[in-house]
Amino acid sequence: MREQVILRVITKLLTPFILMFGLYVIMHGEISPGGGFQGGVILAAAFILYSLVFGVHASRAVLSRRVTDALAGGGALIYAGVGTVTMALGGEFLDYNMLIPADAPAGQALGITLVEIGVGITVAAVMITIFNELSEHG
Amino acid sequence: MTGVLINDFLLTLMVITAIGAISVRSLLAASMLLAIYSLLIALVWVDLQAVDVAFTEAAVGAGISTVLLIGTLVFVDKWERVKPRLHWPALGVVLITGAVLIYGTLDMPHFGDPQAPVHQHVAPRYIEDSLRETRVPNMVTAVLASYRGYDTLFETVVIYTAGMSLVLLLRARRHPGSKGERTL
Repeated sequence: MREQVILRVITKLLTPFILMFGLYVIMHGEISPGGGFQGGVILAAAFILYSLVFGVHASRAVLSRRVTDALAGGGALIYAGVGTVTMALGGEFLDYNMLIPADAPAGQALGITLVEIGVGITVAAVMITIFNELSEHG
Repeated sequence: MTGVLINDFLLTLMVITAIGAISVRSLLAASMLLAIYSLLIALVWVDLQAVDVAFTEAAVGAGISTVLLIGTLVFVDKWERVKPRLHWPALGVVLITGAVLIYGTLDMPHFGDPQAPVHQHVAPRYIEDSLRETRVPNMVTAVLASYRGYDTLFETVVIYTAGMSLVLLLRARRHPGSKGERTL
Protein backbone atom coordinates (compact mmCIF):
# COMPACT_ATOMS: atom_id res chain seq x y z
CA MET A 1 0.00 0.00 0.00
CA ARG A 2 3.05 2.27 0.07
CA GLU A 3 2.38 3.92 -3.27
CA GLN A 4 -1.40 4.38 -2.88
CA VAL A 5 -1.16 8.11 -2.22
CA ILE A 6 -4.86 8.86 -2.58
CA LEU A 7 -5.89 6.07 -0.19
CA ARG A 8 -3.30 7.08 2.39
CA VAL A 9 -4.14 10.79 2.30
CA ILE A 10 -7.90 10.23 2.37
CA THR A 11 -7.58 7.74 5.22
CA LYS A 12 -5.54 10.17 7.27
CA LEU A 13 -8.09 12.90 6.61
CA LEU A 14 -11.13 10.73 7.31
CA THR A 15 -9.99 8.80 10.40
CA PRO A 16 -10.51 11.61 12.93
CA PHE A 17 -13.95 12.37 11.53
CA ILE A 18 -15.01 8.71 11.68
CA LEU A 19 -13.78 8.51 15.29
CA MET A 20 -15.65 11.71 16.11
CA PHE A 21 -18.83 10.39 14.50
CA GLY A 22 -18.52 7.13 16.43
CA LEU A 23 -18.21 9.00 19.71
CA TYR A 24 -21.14 11.21 18.70
CA VAL A 25 -23.33 8.19 17.96
CA ILE A 26 -22.49 6.63 21.35
CA MET A 27 -23.02 9.80 23.36
CA HIS A 28 -26.03 11.00 21.36
CA GLY A 29 -27.86 7.67 21.40
CA GLU A 30 -30.33 9.04 23.92
CA ILE A 31 -31.58 11.71 21.54
CA SER A 32 -30.97 10.46 18.02
CA PRO A 33 -30.81 6.99 16.45
CA GLY A 34 -27.77 5.03 17.52
CA GLY A 35 -26.14 3.98 20.72
CA GLY A 36 -23.33 1.87 22.02
CA PHE A 37 -23.51 -0.90 19.44
CA GLN A 38 -23.62 1.31 16.37
CA GLY A 39 -21.12 3.84 17.71
CA GLY A 40 -18.74 1.09 18.77
CA VAL A 41 -18.82 -0.42 15.31
CA ILE A 42 -18.12 2.98 13.74
CA LEU A 43 -15.18 3.52 16.09
CA ALA A 44 -13.85 0.10 15.12
CA ALA A 45 -14.35 0.96 11.43
CA ALA A 46 -11.93 3.86 11.80
CA PHE A 47 -9.23 1.55 13.14
CA ILE A 48 -9.98 -1.14 10.56
CA LEU A 49 -9.68 1.41 7.74
CA TYR A 50 -6.37 2.49 9.24
CA SER A 51 -5.21 -1.15 9.43
CA LEU A 52 -6.27 -1.81 5.85
CA VAL A 53 -4.28 1.10 4.45
CA PHE A 54 -1.26 1.31 6.74
CA GLY A 55 -1.07 -2.30 7.92
CA VAL A 56 -2.01 -3.97 11.16
CA HIS A 57 1.34 -3.06 12.72
CA ALA A 58 0.61 0.67 12.39
CA SER A 59 -2.78 0.11 13.99
CA ARG A 60 -1.22 -1.98 16.77
CA ALA A 61 1.21 0.88 17.47
CA VAL A 62 -1.80 3.05 18.33
CA LEU A 63 -3.86 0.41 20.09
CA SER A 64 -1.81 -2.54 21.24
CA ARG A 65 -3.18 -6.04 21.74
CA ARG A 66 -3.01 -5.61 25.48
CA VAL A 67 -5.08 -2.41 25.31
CA THR A 68 -7.84 -3.86 23.09
CA ASP A 69 -8.04 -6.96 25.30
CA ALA A 70 -8.39 -4.78 28.37
CA LEU A 71 -10.96 -2.51 26.70
CA ALA A 72 -13.07 -5.47 25.53
CA GLY A 73 -13.47 -6.65 29.10
CA GLY A 74 -13.50 -3.12 30.53
CA GLY A 75 -16.62 -2.09 28.63
CA ALA A 76 -18.63 -5.04 29.91
CA LEU A 77 -17.18 -4.33 33.35
CA ILE A 78 -18.44 -0.72 33.20
CA TYR A 79 -21.93 -2.02 32.39
CA ALA A 80 -21.95 -4.60 35.17
CA GLY A 81 -20.22 -2.08 37.46
CA VAL A 82 -23.11 0.37 37.09
CA GLY A 83 -25.42 -2.47 38.14
CA THR A 84 -23.25 -3.26 41.13
CA VAL A 85 -23.12 0.40 42.16
CA THR A 86 -26.91 0.63 42.07
CA MET A 87 -27.04 -2.46 44.30
CA ALA A 88 -24.53 -0.91 46.68
CA LEU A 89 -26.71 2.21 46.83
CA GLY A 90 -29.61 0.08 47.99
CA GLY A 91 -31.49 -0.64 44.77
CA GLU A 92 -31.79 -3.63 42.51
CA PHE A 93 -29.22 -4.60 39.89
CA LEU A 94 -29.24 -1.94 37.11
CA ASP A 95 -31.86 0.16 38.94
CA TYR A 96 -30.56 3.51 37.68
CA ASN A 97 -33.01 5.43 39.87
CA MET A 98 -30.57 4.87 42.74
CA LEU A 99 -27.77 6.81 41.02
CA ILE A 100 -29.45 10.15 41.79
CA PRO A 101 -32.12 9.37 44.41
CA ALA A 102 -33.37 12.96 44.56
CA ASP A 103 -34.07 13.02 40.80
CA ALA A 104 -34.80 9.51 39.55
CA PRO A 105 -35.24 10.35 35.82
CA ALA A 106 -31.85 12.09 35.81
CA GLY A 107 -30.40 8.96 37.39
CA GLN A 108 -31.95 6.91 34.58
CA ALA A 109 -30.42 9.20 31.95
CA LEU A 110 -27.02 8.99 33.66
CA GLY A 111 -27.19 5.21 33.96
CA ILE A 112 -28.22 4.82 30.31
CA THR A 113 -25.32 7.03 29.19
CA LEU A 114 -22.83 5.06 31.27
CA VAL A 115 -23.94 1.64 30.07
CA GLU A 116 -24.00 2.83 26.44
CA ILE A 117 -20.38 3.93 26.85
CA GLY A 118 -19.59 0.48 28.23
CA VAL A 119 -21.31 -1.23 25.29
CA GLY A 120 -19.49 1.02 22.83
CA ILE A 121 -16.07 0.26 24.32
CA THR A 122 -16.62 -3.50 24.29
CA VAL A 123 -18.05 -3.60 20.76
CA ALA A 124 -15.27 -1.40 19.34
CA ALA A 125 -12.50 -3.37 21.06
CA VAL A 126 -13.92 -6.77 20.04
CA MET A 127 -14.40 -5.72 16.40
CA ILE A 128 -10.84 -4.35 16.23
CA THR A 129 -9.55 -7.56 17.84
CA ILE A 130 -11.44 -9.80 15.40
CA PHE A 131 -10.17 -7.89 12.38
CA ASN A 132 -6.58 -7.73 13.59
CA GLU A 133 -6.47 -11.41 14.52
CA LEU A 134 -7.95 -12.42 11.17
CA SER A 135 -5.63 -10.24 9.14
CA GLU A 136 -2.56 -11.47 11.02
CA HIS A 137 -3.55 -15.08 10.48
CA GLY A 138 -1.01 -17.33 8.79
CA MET B 1 -49.70 2.58 0.59
CA THR B 2 -46.52 3.91 -1.02
CA GLY B 3 -44.61 2.54 1.93
CA VAL B 4 -46.01 -0.93 1.29
CA LEU B 5 -45.12 -0.69 -2.42
CA ILE B 6 -41.57 0.38 -1.55
CA ASN B 7 -41.34 -2.51 0.90
CA ASP B 8 -42.53 -5.01 -1.70
CA PHE B 9 -40.00 -3.67 -4.18
CA LEU B 10 -37.16 -3.88 -1.64
CA LEU B 11 -38.18 -7.33 -0.46
CA THR B 12 -38.26 -8.58 -4.07
CA LEU B 13 -34.76 -7.22 -4.57
CA MET B 14 -33.70 -8.96 -1.34
CA VAL B 15 -34.99 -12.33 -2.57
CA ILE B 16 -33.10 -11.85 -5.85
CA THR B 17 -29.94 -10.87 -3.95
CA ALA B 18 -30.25 -13.86 -1.62
CA ILE B 19 -30.64 -16.30 -4.53
CA GLY B 20 -27.68 -14.62 -6.22
CA ALA B 21 -25.55 -14.93 -3.08
CA ILE B 22 -26.29 -18.67 -2.88
CA SER B 23 -25.81 -19.46 -6.55
CA VAL B 24 -22.74 -17.37 -7.39
CA ARG B 25 -19.47 -19.30 -7.32
CA SER B 26 -17.12 -16.41 -6.59
CA LEU B 27 -16.83 -15.97 -2.82
CA LEU B 28 -16.01 -12.26 -3.16
CA ALA B 29 -19.16 -11.72 -5.20
CA ALA B 30 -21.17 -13.66 -2.61
CA SER B 31 -19.79 -11.44 0.19
CA MET B 32 -20.69 -8.30 -1.73
CA LEU B 33 -24.19 -9.64 -2.44
CA LEU B 34 -24.65 -10.27 1.29
CA ALA B 35 -23.62 -6.65 1.93
CA ILE B 36 -26.20 -5.49 -0.61
CA TYR B 37 -28.76 -7.71 1.12
CA SER B 38 -27.98 -5.99 4.43
CA LEU B 39 -28.30 -2.55 2.87
CA LEU B 40 -31.66 -3.50 1.37
CA ILE B 41 -33.02 -4.75 4.70
CA ALA B 42 -31.67 -1.54 6.28
CA LEU B 43 -33.75 0.42 3.76
CA VAL B 44 -36.80 -1.65 4.70
CA TRP B 45 -36.21 -0.76 8.36
CA VAL B 46 -35.98 2.93 7.42
CA ASP B 47 -39.24 2.60 5.51
CA LEU B 48 -40.81 1.03 8.62
CA GLN B 49 -39.37 3.98 10.61
CA ALA B 50 -37.18 1.70 12.71
CA VAL B 51 -34.10 3.88 12.22
CA ASP B 52 -32.16 2.44 15.16
CA VAL B 53 -32.39 -1.05 13.69
CA ALA B 54 -31.56 0.30 10.23
CA PHE B 55 -28.48 1.99 11.66
CA THR B 56 -27.32 -1.24 13.28
CA GLU B 57 -27.97 -3.27 10.15
CA ALA B 58 -26.08 -0.80 7.94
CA ALA B 59 -23.12 -0.53 10.33
CA VAL B 60 -22.85 -4.18 11.38
CA GLY B 61 -24.42 -6.16 8.53
CA ALA B 62 -23.27 -4.15 5.55
CA GLY B 63 -20.12 -2.67 7.07
CA ILE B 64 -18.15 -4.73 9.57
CA SER B 65 -19.45 -8.16 8.52
CA THR B 66 -18.45 -7.55 4.91
CA VAL B 67 -14.99 -6.37 5.93
CA LEU B 68 -14.52 -9.45 8.14
CA LEU B 69 -15.78 -11.79 5.39
CA ILE B 70 -13.41 -10.26 2.84
CA GLY B 71 -10.63 -10.36 5.43
CA THR B 72 -11.26 -14.10 5.73
CA LEU B 73 -11.30 -14.49 1.93
CA VAL B 74 -7.66 -13.41 1.78
CA PHE B 75 -6.70 -16.73 3.38
CA VAL B 76 -9.01 -19.05 1.45
CA ASP B 77 -9.75 -19.74 -2.20
CA LYS B 78 -11.49 -17.12 -4.27
CA TRP B 79 -13.90 -19.69 -5.64
CA GLU B 80 -16.28 -22.10 -4.06
CA ARG B 81 -14.58 -25.49 -4.35
CA VAL B 82 -17.52 -27.84 -3.88
CA LYS B 83 -19.97 -27.84 -6.76
CA PRO B 84 -23.48 -27.57 -5.34
CA ARG B 85 -25.57 -30.66 -6.11
CA LEU B 86 -29.29 -31.06 -5.75
CA HIS B 87 -29.88 -33.02 -2.55
CA TRP B 88 -33.47 -34.24 -2.73
CA PRO B 89 -34.10 -35.10 0.97
CA ALA B 90 -32.67 -31.70 1.99
CA LEU B 91 -34.84 -29.91 -0.57
CA GLY B 92 -37.88 -31.80 0.73
CA VAL B 93 -37.17 -30.85 4.36
CA VAL B 94 -36.63 -27.20 3.40
CA LEU B 95 -39.82 -27.05 1.33
CA ILE B 96 -41.94 -28.67 4.07
CA THR B 97 -40.46 -26.40 6.76
CA GLY B 98 -41.05 -23.36 4.56
CA ALA B 99 -44.63 -24.38 3.87
CA VAL B 100 -45.29 -24.87 7.60
CA LEU B 101 -43.78 -21.48 8.40
CA ILE B 102 -45.89 -19.76 5.73
CA TYR B 103 -48.96 -21.59 7.06
CA GLY B 104 -48.03 -20.25 10.51
CA THR B 105 -47.96 -16.65 9.28
CA LEU B 106 -51.65 -16.96 8.34
CA ASP B 107 -52.50 -16.76 12.04
CA MET B 108 -50.39 -13.65 12.57
CA PRO B 109 -52.00 -10.20 12.77
CA HIS B 110 -52.10 -8.13 9.61
CA PHE B 111 -49.15 -5.93 8.70
CA GLY B 112 -49.28 -2.72 10.75
CA ASP B 113 -52.44 -3.74 12.62
CA PRO B 114 -52.68 -1.45 15.68
CA GLN B 115 -54.73 -4.13 17.50
CA ALA B 116 -51.89 -6.66 17.23
CA PRO B 117 -50.86 -8.10 20.63
CA VAL B 118 -47.35 -6.70 20.26
CA HIS B 119 -48.78 -3.17 20.19
CA GLN B 120 -51.10 -3.82 23.14
CA HIS B 121 -48.70 -5.29 25.68
CA VAL B 122 -45.99 -2.98 27.06
CA ALA B 123 -45.54 -0.68 24.06
CA PRO B 124 -48.23 1.86 25.15
CA ARG B 125 -46.58 2.15 28.55
CA TYR B 126 -43.18 2.85 27.02
CA ILE B 127 -44.68 5.43 24.67
CA GLU B 128 -46.50 7.22 27.46
CA ASP B 129 -44.06 6.95 30.36
CA SER B 130 -40.53 6.44 29.05
CA LEU B 131 -39.74 10.13 28.57
CA ARG B 132 -41.06 11.03 32.02
CA GLU B 133 -39.35 8.11 33.73
CA THR B 134 -35.96 8.26 32.04
CA ARG B 135 -35.77 11.74 30.48
CA VAL B 136 -34.34 10.08 27.36
CA PRO B 137 -36.12 11.24 24.18
CA ASN B 138 -35.03 8.24 22.09
CA MET B 139 -37.44 5.59 23.31
CA VAL B 140 -35.46 2.77 21.70
CA THR B 141 -32.39 3.64 23.75
CA ALA B 142 -34.48 3.91 26.92
CA VAL B 143 -35.96 0.45 26.34
CA LEU B 144 -32.64 -1.15 25.40
CA ALA B 145 -30.50 0.30 28.15
CA SER B 146 -33.00 0.70 30.98
CA TYR B 147 -36.22 -1.32 30.72
CA ARG B 148 -34.37 -4.16 29.00
CA GLY B 149 -31.04 -3.49 30.68
CA TYR B 150 -30.37 -7.14 31.52
CA ASP B 151 -30.72 -8.18 27.87
CA THR B 152 -28.29 -5.55 26.71
CA LEU B 153 -25.81 -6.39 29.45
CA PHE B 154 -25.67 -10.01 28.38
CA GLU B 155 -25.61 -9.07 24.68
CA THR B 156 -22.45 -7.16 25.52
CA VAL B 157 -21.12 -10.20 27.35
CA VAL B 158 -21.92 -12.35 24.30
CA ILE B 159 -19.88 -10.03 22.07
CA TYR B 160 -17.03 -10.09 24.59
CA THR B 161 -17.16 -13.88 24.74
CA ALA B 162 -17.12 -14.14 20.94
CA GLY B 163 -14.08 -11.90 20.72
CA MET B 164 -12.23 -13.77 23.45
CA SER B 165 -13.05 -17.17 21.90
CA LEU B 166 -11.51 -16.00 18.65
CA VAL B 167 -8.47 -14.71 20.52
CA LEU B 168 -8.03 -18.04 22.31
CA LEU B 169 -8.43 -20.02 19.08
CA LEU B 170 -6.25 -17.97 16.74
CA ARG B 171 -3.67 -16.43 19.02
CA ALA B 172 -2.78 -19.61 20.89
CA ARG B 173 -2.43 -21.58 17.68
CA ARG B 174 -0.23 -18.98 16.03
CA HIS B 175 2.24 -18.70 18.92
CA PRO B 176 2.43 -22.22 20.31
CA GLY B 177 5.73 -21.75 22.13
CA SER B 178 6.19 -18.05 22.72
CA LYS B 179 5.30 -16.73 26.14
CA GLY B 180 4.95 -13.01 25.52
CA GLU B 181 2.29 -13.28 22.83
CA ARG B 182 0.11 -15.69 24.72
CA THR B 183 -1.66 -13.16 26.83
CA LEU B 184 -4.73 -14.45 28.66
